[in-house]
Amino acid sequence: MQQTPVSNRPLPGPEVQRDIYRRMVRIERNDEAIRRAIKLGRLQMPYYSARGQEVIPSAVSVNLNQDDTICTIYRGIHDMVAKGMPLRPLWAEIAGRIDGTCKGKGGPMHLTHPESGVMVTTGIVGSSMPIANGLAWAAKLDGSQRVAIAYFGDGASNIGAFHESLNLASVWKLPVIFVCQNNRFAEHTRYEVGTSVDRIAKRAIGYGMPGVTVDGNDPVDMYAAAFEAVERARAGEGPTLIEALTFRFFGHVFGDDDKYMTKEEKAAAMERDPLPLFRARLIADGIATEGALADMETAIAAEVDDAMQFGLASPLPPIDELRRDVFATEIA
Amino acid sequence: MTATTKLNGIAAVNAAIARAMAQDPKVIVLGEDVADREGGGVVGTTRGLSTRFGDERVKSTPISEQAIIGAAIGAAIGGYKPVAEIMLMNFTTVAMDMIFNHAAKLRFMSGGQTSVPLTIHTLTGAGVSTAGQHADHLEAWFAHAAGIKVVAPSTPSDYFGLMLSCIDDPDPCLMIMSAMTLRTFEEVPNDLAPIPLGKARIVEEGGDVTIVAYSAMVLTARKATEALKAEGVSVELIDLRTVAPWDRETVLASVRKTGRAVIVHEALRNHGVGAEIAATIQEELFGALKAPIRRLGAPYSPVPFSKPLEAAYLVQPDDIVAAVRSVLG
Repeated sequence: MQQTPVSNRPLPGPEVQRDIYRRMVRIERNDEAIRRAIKLGRLQMPYYSARGQEVIPSAVSVNLNQDDTICTIYRGIHDMVAKGMPLRPLWAEIAGRIDGTCKGKGGPMHLTHPESGVMVTTGIVGSSMPIANGLAWAAKLDGSQRVAIAYFGDGASNIGAFHESLNLASVWKLPVIFVCQNNRFAEHTRYEVGTSVDRIAKRAIGYGMPGVTVDGNDPVDMYAAAFEAVERARAGEGPTLIEALTFRFFGHVFGDDDKYMTKEEKAAAMERDPLPLFRARLIADGIATEGALADMETAIAAEVDDAMQFGLASPLPPIDELRRDVFATEIA
Repeated sequence: MTATTKLNGIAAVNAAIARAMAQDPKVIVLGEDVADREGGGVVGTTRGLSTRFGDERVKSTPISEQAIIGAAIGAAIGGYKPVAEIMLMNFTTVAMDMIFNHAAKLRFMSGGQTSVPLTIHTLTGAGVSTAGQHADHLEAWFAHAAGIKVVAPSTPSDYFGLMLSCIDDPDPCLMIMSAMTLRTFEEVPNDLAPIPLGKARIVEEGGDVTIVAYSAMVLTARKATEALKAEGVSVELIDLRTVAPWDRETVLASVRKTGRAVIVHEALRNHGVGAEIAATIQEELFGALKAPIRRLGAPYSPVPFSKPLEAAYLVQPDDIVAAVRSVLG
């Protein structure tokens, strides 16, 4: 495992820290609105909330450009929002409407928005990684500086695609970053019940790439790890595995009963909610004022509300959309 | 007169990839052993390509079928036209998630925002002693997935022309190269035009009965057709060439004329492509049929090793002759 001494770590400047927080708030407000809309019956969808994991993609995305690409998974709306996916078509998509990113045909588990670099969202555990390799390969063939991010969970590090992808990325020296969001549970199975090593980052040794474990709820640590991995990829030095430790507040699928974890464990994790902690830190460090953050939060709440209204008011797709986009040209 | 080159199916696919690579810098090649350092493919399908087009465009991979197809999908949505070799068709099963859940569906699931112009070519076919895990014809698996085209040629010219169309197609295509079809050589015009996907070829015109076949079974059906000709039976033999989407128009027009149909494939008869064709014929032409439709395919068994078992597994010319006689009543 490669560990950079703390003193040499790249630190996010004030503007970057505010940007990370802004992205986190967008994720959190959006997540809350989705959960509320499901409870009220305004959305019918399986929802894999990433509440509690906001820091990870936010601190990664401030290191990315619009044309850098991500492949994410069913628990991935936070990754997309952090990357800059506009909320209006996101809401239309999760409501199954024609103005959705995918005209309502993909839904929450397949949101796609190439304009903001969200290339693939998969409902299959582990499948973000092989495809991110290909996006990284394309970036390399283009002679560009683009990088590709594969987001996945701790459970996905136990599926074969992880092994094949990390090995190929290493031997081809691809500009790809494997970001494992270790939220301690693979569906309902506790990490240590299903995983052979205490740290997923240790597996990087087997692929000849740097592997680093960071506190995925600490914006500064997370930023530093992502910064170094992105620099390394852009410099043509190949892939990095980042294991970001975190916790999901609302179970595997929203509405599950959490019986597989203890109340104390969940309560302790929720007490360390990264949102208020980072907010307080920004104010204490003099990086932002209470008033400025409140204004930001109000504006984001309005943006989410507008997106929700837009999405739910958008028309349902016409039935002929069923046969469209199967192929480029329709076939009987 | 246009120049020709004597090619078999492997050389034809090789020539088609080379032409596509020369014409379009976005065409790239990946797979196990595909670069010349590794021999240009286990049977030489990609021989010479890395030497001519460079190691960046022609990349040998680890034995990692999921990673191969995944990388090809990512490169495809990133603007390239990858040609991926999966050495043998049974190995596609290891990459099924990538092919079925991703390559075939990304265009639809993204509402047309991304597309996967990927070509996979793969060898298979019984009759060459490769037994249970190296010889299956799995085309029905892929034909049953909305979003992937399946091509199964029988002649060198068709391999050439259909491969060009696969590479040029904006959607994923699977090219099946069946062992028994690869021994035949043919003079193929160097400037052969791409053969459109989804168009069958009438091998032999006739009026008494329609035989629908593809891939290796076209060769078997040709032998049967010769034998039947000697008996005075006029067979219309159709080489489907593309299994999905298949050429309903040509098949239905022929059966409308003959009133009789025999469908032959190497794959298992049960739940095979023949069932889909037979069902379509009866739905469209029930009143015009003079006899029940017959389907011939492998018996319900894995591909065996031992020679007599392998021969019994494969549809033989005599089986087709007998089926034709039975529908002629």
